[in-house]
Amino acid sequence: MAARTEHSVAASFKDAAIAAVIALALFGPLVGLRTEVTTGGLFLSQRWGDVAVAVAVVFVGRLLLNLFVFKTDRPATGWFSGMKLSAGALARIGPVFGPLMLGLALTLPFILLFGAPSQSRYYIDLGILVLTYVMLGWGLNIVVGMAGLLDLGYVAFYAVGAYSYALLALNFGWSFWLCLPLAGVLAGLWGITLGFPVLRLRGDYLAIVTLAFGEIIRIVLLNWYEFTGGPNGLNNIPRPSFFGLEFDRSPEGFAATFGLEFAAIHRIIFLYYLILALALLTAFVTVRVRRLPVGRAWEALREDEIACRSLGINTTTTKLTAFAMGAMFGGFAGSFFATRQGFISPESFTFIESAVILAIVVLGGLGSQIGVVIAAIVLIGGFEIFRDFAEYRMLVFGLAMVLIMVWRPRGLISTRKPTIALGKAKAIGGELVGEGRG
Amino acid sequence: MTRWTKDPVLTVEHLTMRFGGLVAVNDLTFQAGRGDITALIGPNGAGKTTVFNCITGFYKPTEGRLTARHADGKTYLLERMPDHAISGEAKVARTFQNIRLFGGMTLLENLMVAQHGPLMRASLFGIGGLFGIGSYLKAERAAIDKARYWLDRVGLLERADDPAADLPYGAQRRLEIARAMCTGPELLCLDEPAAGLNPRESAELNELLLYIRREQATSLLLIEHDMSVVMEISDHVVVLDYGVKISDGEPEAVRNDPKVIAAYLGVDDEEVEAVEHEVEEVEREVAR
Repeated sequence: MAARTEHSVAASFKDAAIAAVIALALFGPLVGLRTEVTTGGLFLSQRWGDVAVAVAVVFVGRLLLNLFVFKTDRPATGWFSGMKLSAGALARIGPVFGPLMLGLALTLPFILLFGAPSQSRYYIDLGILVLTYVMLGWGLNIVVGMAGLLDLGYVAFYAVGAYSYALLALNFGWSFWLCLPLAGVLAGLWGITLGFPVLRLRGDYLAIVTLAFGEIIRIVLLNWYEFTGGPNGLNNIPRPSFFGLEFDRSPEGFAATFGLEFAAIHRIIFLYYLILALALLTAFVTVRVRRLPVGRAWEALREDEIACRSLGINTTTTKLTAFAMGAMFGGFAGSFFATRQGFISPESFTFIESAVILAIVVLGGLGSQIGVVIAAIVLIGGFEIFRDFAEYRMLVFGLAMVLIMVWRPRGLISTRKPTIALGKAKAIGGELVGEGRG
Repeated sequence: MTRWTKDPVLTVEHLTMRFGGLVAVNDLTFQAGRGDITALIGPNGAGKTTVFNCITGFYKPTEGRLTARHADGKTYLLERMPDHAISGEAKVARTFQNIRLFGGMTLLENLMVAQHGPLMRASLFGIGGLFGIGSYLKAERAAIDKARYWLDRVGLLERADDPAADLPYGAQRRLEIARAMCTGPELLCLDEPAAGLNPRESAELNELLLYIRREQATSLLLIEHDMSVVMEISDHVVVLDYGVKISDGEPEAVRNDPKVIAAYLGVDDEEVEAVEHEVEEVEREVAR
């Protein structure tokens, strides 16, 4: 045993030295030599100190990895396998975690108002942002997580909802509460419109067509200048009112009616509760629909489409309802976005938005409601926390994604809860649950 | 006039299925009698599964007519219906050669999905269900009872809340049959139900199929490879070889049909000589 350890130490040093040589070969020209533009032309500056640091980091890092992970009997990564076991624990805390998060979400603005008054506006704004993505994640979860249809163009429905509200409100002067359902219906119709041509497609092909659809919507919004304002976007979108009471200084305003002193924060808090209510509506409907035949058919479709057809399920309408319902919630979120910003332009609906929403769903665990919440907090909140690091933000973001996918390849919460049970419902392990192939 | 031509649950007339130049099924005509266990047998590649896929709407036949007739006299032309309507309206259910369960869903959920049509109507296409209307809750309870009945029937009631993918192979086969039965079929098509089962499981399966024939208003059409299973339980056997029907009748008659014996065991030595002779003659003629 001792011999093996000695041997492994020697081998570790050798391996680390080789890694250091490779690092030297790579970093030497890349880091060590640098051309700089000066008044006299190009100059070659040398930075051998930096190279030494890089090589040393590689040597030490490789050595540590060798000693504690690669060439040892008890790899330190055993710690990670211990964490794998905690997956069950994660599922167990689920029932407590949900209500706890809900309670926190309901009281957050007041906690912030009294806890950190100077920064409360920033944090409530951040809360609104996170909740918007939670809602979008829940909406996309219907399509991707439940029905197993990979949709890379979800932002299109977000855009349809936002523009629907903005255009209806600006052209007809309709109120937010009238436009909100209309925006949802319009987005749902677009969901069906997208659904029809892609019904026959599966997997990668479906993903590409939905991606294209997202781009088409954005480009139409960008170029249809007379209607959408093109790249200038739409300005002065009306703010929502509290049952007809505007958030302003007028005697009929919200503050005056309730005998409060006017403060801009009132509207922010109102928007926060508005998006919270919309998100909760999404969650409520999704959880309920899952237990209905249509929701079960979505999940069955994800598991095995051919078996569905043999059981009398019309896969066409089933897929279309999933698309329509996901799109509808995207539309709700979109009209909220428009009323909150007061200004929208095609800039806000680029592919990266779709990618972030999809990342939230995948990271949270396909089909998991709580998982989406955690992922949205981690991703969107994390983005904000790392704002100071500017260009390293994406790097950290990517690294975190890779680590989580290595640690939990099926998302944070991969277990599936049965929709109905004779006895006690037991969570089903993620490895048994189908991911859907289109 | 045989029993199955008097009251057929399924009539297949001149069914032909071509894939490009390949003729998988050629001018096949047969009937499956109501209340019978009809077996469709034949060597590998005889076109049995193709016939099944045509009946259940997974393929559109190149030619021919497929008629399902319910006990109340209603008829359905299957070749003109989409696959989901064949199960939902014409009440022709099927299982698959390679089992197709919803692996990540529990046994109970599998059987609930099978009752999609009636539940969907009871929930007013989801809208009534969303608000929990009474008629939907009643329909859901009835569906659970039906699922419970079939789980009990196939001996899987204790595992109702386990994921289907966790079941052993034989139990998965039984669950698939239970799931198909939950659609309330007039005709149940089973694609090689005994494949991969051990003798004990095979005997249980036979018992289950006999039970379905005896107690339910469901006729059975099954594809089988294994002659011994077929002869034991079926009332009527249709033999296919290279897409053509070579024999049709009572199991005893089929068993002794020389054409069937030839297809399964190959032809006798003298016949081989005769065939070779014929081939030589043809070649000579071609050369001339």
